[in-house]
Amino acid sequence: MGTAARQRNPLPGFGLGLGITVTYLSLLLILPLGACLLRASSLTPSAFWAAVWTERAQAAYRLTFGTSAIAAAVNVLLGLLVAWVLVRYRFPGRAVLDALVDLPFALPTAVAGLVYSGLLVPSGWYGQWLSPLGVPGAYTRFAIVVVLVFVGFPFVVRTVQPVLETLERDMEEAAELLGASRWQTFARVVLPSLFSSLITGFSLAFARGLGEYGSVVFVSGNMPFKTEIAPVLIVSRLEEFAYAEATAIALVLVAGSVLALAAVNWLERRSQRYAG
Amino acid sequence: MPASTLARRVDASASSAVLRDRGETSVLAMRPHPLTLQLTVFERKEKRVDSAHPVHADKQQQPWRPAPVRDDPLWLRVALIGAAFATVGGLILVPVIYVFVQALQAGLTTYWQNLWGDEDTRHAIWLTMSVAPLSVLCNTLFGIAAAWTIARFRFPGRAVLTTLLDVPFAVSSVVAGLMFVLLFGMQGYLGPMLRAWGIQVIFAWPGLVLATTFVTLPFVVRELIPLLQAIGSEEELAAVSLGANPWQLFWRVTLPNIKWGLIYGIIQCQARAIGEFGAVYVVSGHIAGQTDTMPLRVEKLFQEYNNPGSFAVASLLTIMALVMLIAKLCLERILAA
Repeated sequence: MGTAARQRNPLPGFGLGLGITVTYLSLLLILPLGACLLRASSLTPSAFWAAVWTERAQAAYRLTFGTSAIAAAVNVLLGLLVAWVLVRYRFPGRAVLDALVDLPFALPTAVAGLVYSGLLVPSGWYGQWLSPLGVPGAYTRFAIVVVLVFVGFPFVVRTVQPVLETLERDMEEAAELLGASRWQTFARVVLPSLFSSLITGFSLAFARGLGEYGSVVFVSGNMPFKTEIAPVLIVSRLEEFAYAEATAIALVLVAGSVLALAAVNWLERRSQRYAG
Repeated sequence: MPASTLARRVDASASSAVLRDRGETSVLAMRPHPLTLQLTVFERKEKRVDSAHPVHADKQQQPWRPAPVRDDPLWLRVALIGAAFATVGGLILVPVIYVFVQALQAGLTTYWQNLWGDEDTRHAIWLTMSVAPLSVLCNTLFGIAAAWTIARFRFPGRAVLTTLLDVPFAVSSVVAGLMFVLLFGMQGYLGPMLRAWGIQVIFAWPGLVLATTFVTLPFVVRELIPLLQAIGSEEELAAVSLGANPWQLFWRVTLPNIKWGLIYGIIQCQARAIGEFGAVYVVSGHIAGQTDTMPLRVEKLFQEYNNPGSFAVASLLTIMALVMLIAKLCLERILAA
């Protein structure tokens, strides 16, 4: 295999590069993943089911998937707005706005959690406005959604922005010449072209939300059945030294996100086929 | 494979600005110039002036454009721009300001005392500043080797390797930590054996490095693969045909070509490594003064109701994030030029 590659390619370093790559990935990825599957397979099917489908675990899955989906949907709206403004308009402060979008990628999630827990308590900067309106502040599901919106915010902007930039204006011009209103042009011409990038952004924000831990532990209060997300449940199982149960719940979480992404992928491919 | 597409997109989105810029320079022929696409508000205003004065239009030699799309009305533009500022301001800017307001509330001396007076906090800063660069170093060396192998050669199993690179993006960081506990913990598969040799991985710094390295594994290599592919191997083939040895080839040809992209990947990797929480939380056992990194210290101080201390550490992390962000912006300028 190595020699065959060499005959076509005179560049050096194939053997060394492949050796390093395979060794590194085996030690850091294959071995831990294998340990995870091995530990889960040590449970009998009924014990596995008993571990992953308790009342408490079900509540955690519902909360995790629900809040992630809501946060991702909010991000689609906000991300589309910000991407549109950044691409289509020129105004003072645009560069700053563009730069700030990336901050949630760089800011440690623990900092985000800490800050939002302070902002959302009834005496906090946001809480003092929210609590008179009857909106629950920190240590509620609402707070989980807020931090997940923060954490996933750059995904939609950064997937929609490049597509919007390369979007041909011909179609919009044609629509306008044919008498479409600005809103009709946006809804019937622009939005369908952005659909697949919006779906991609949604799925990225959603997947990020499913696995998010650092920021949520600060704001959620981690009450079983109420504000306990699945990653928190995994950690509490680990702290009880129930390793097999923790692994089983982890597998459900991973399987859930992979399934959701597969569904989204399928949707996206379908939409591309009809668009093309 | 959905996991791989996910991660590829994470990468694409994280570095989209760079990829965009690269696309403009390297695939210039295939894409129309962005100016012809972006009929922006101000440009259109200028254009209307030009058409009123044909002389000016001739002088500036603007490309001919079809009848321009109608402007969004002023009220709509103002409303949308205002809404965008409100979104980013309320969601991102206010939290950053809040960190510093809280940290500095009791004055600079107290702030300094919270950071340097606390021995455990000092240790956490030191630990983060040693664990994160170590992980980044490992991932950088690996990233160069893997990107070279995957971008320059075709071999069976190449697609599998590429997919594997994306796995850390698809796995929750808590699950990543769990995997290392299962492997190296006292009840794990290799833990008792290593313990017999006197090596402790979990609840010690090797575990922190492993978990951080796992979570940040894709950043450098995912940055380099598209870059190497876009650059192409012509220069390298020329160097080889002129008799360069592999060492010379790397230092004189390949590295100068990829250096900015490499630094870009390292910055992203470092930012994530410093802030990593979930995976590190699981493997560290959070022993104050021993395995508490800065983000873990933030959490512990928060649990102890020591808000000023917690916000002091958080402000330091925020400064690091801002520095990383500014460095990234500067690099994007360089890459665009």
